[in-house]
Amino acid sequence: MADDTRTPSQKADFKRELTDVVPHLRAFARGLCGRPDMADDLVQETMLKAWAAQDRFEPGTSMRAWTFVILRNAYLTDMRRNRFRGEYDENVAERILTAPAGQEDPIHLSDMHRALLTLPPERREALLLVGAGGFSYEEAASICGCAVGTIKSRVGRARSALNSMMEDGDIPQRSVNDATAHRAILKELDMVASGNGLASKD
Amino acid sequence: MTSEKNEKPEKGSESKKMTGEQQRPEWANGLRQLYDAVVEEPLPDTFKDLLAKLDKKS
Repeated sequence: MADDTRTPSQKADFKRELTDVVPHLRAFARGLCGRPDMADDLVQETMLKAWAAQDRFEPGTSMRAWTFVILRNAYLTDMRRNRFRGEYDENVAERILTAPAGQEDPIHLSDMHRALLTLPPERREALLLVGAGGFSYEEAASICGCAVGTIKSRVGRARSALNSMMEDGDIPQRSVNDATAHRAILKELDMVASGNGLASKD
Repeated sequence: MTSEKNEKPEKGSESKKMTGEQQRPEWANGLRQLYDAVVEEPLPDTFKDLLAKLDKKS
């Protein structure tokens, strides 16, 4: 196809597909970083990066998977720059995370989200991709740049952690003010970042 | 890419609690709901503005 630049119609296709995945980017980002305002900043950053890198997108492949890689890398970079600390804003969450109208909600969605945010980041993202985003293990592995078995294991661990938290109603507050905990979080992030995703060329 | 640093498979705890994918815990739907609720939110204007601006770049 086009060697270095794309035709106007290819650009239009790209833009349409990008537009279509924005709601998914917002959902993924919200799950990752917990704060709606920061999540949306992250999505905007992702959209700009995706637009700038559009020549690297292979038409016909999954725009959602491609942009998730970009979002994930941007998130990890920002996390290491200390922009997000996985802080959890109870009031915002309460407002945002109420179940859609008419739907019975046996579990409290804000508990759910808080429990999710206590997971180590690599397990949280694996669970988000597979359990919420509906990606296959293979797709999730490709997004995270790791082996399929690794994703399966992360999802399994995330599920059992959530199982016990939700069953016991025991959801720890992961203190981010505590220096030790914070260092531990940063270390985990380095580990996650070292399994770079597909679009990690920057 | 078969043998990248696999995490050790978890012993016991998980297989006892969740045998088979069909037995979904209650919270599994909640996870999906969290995601879908955001997907279904109306897109804030900032995103529409940004999308509109993209064409002018490059």
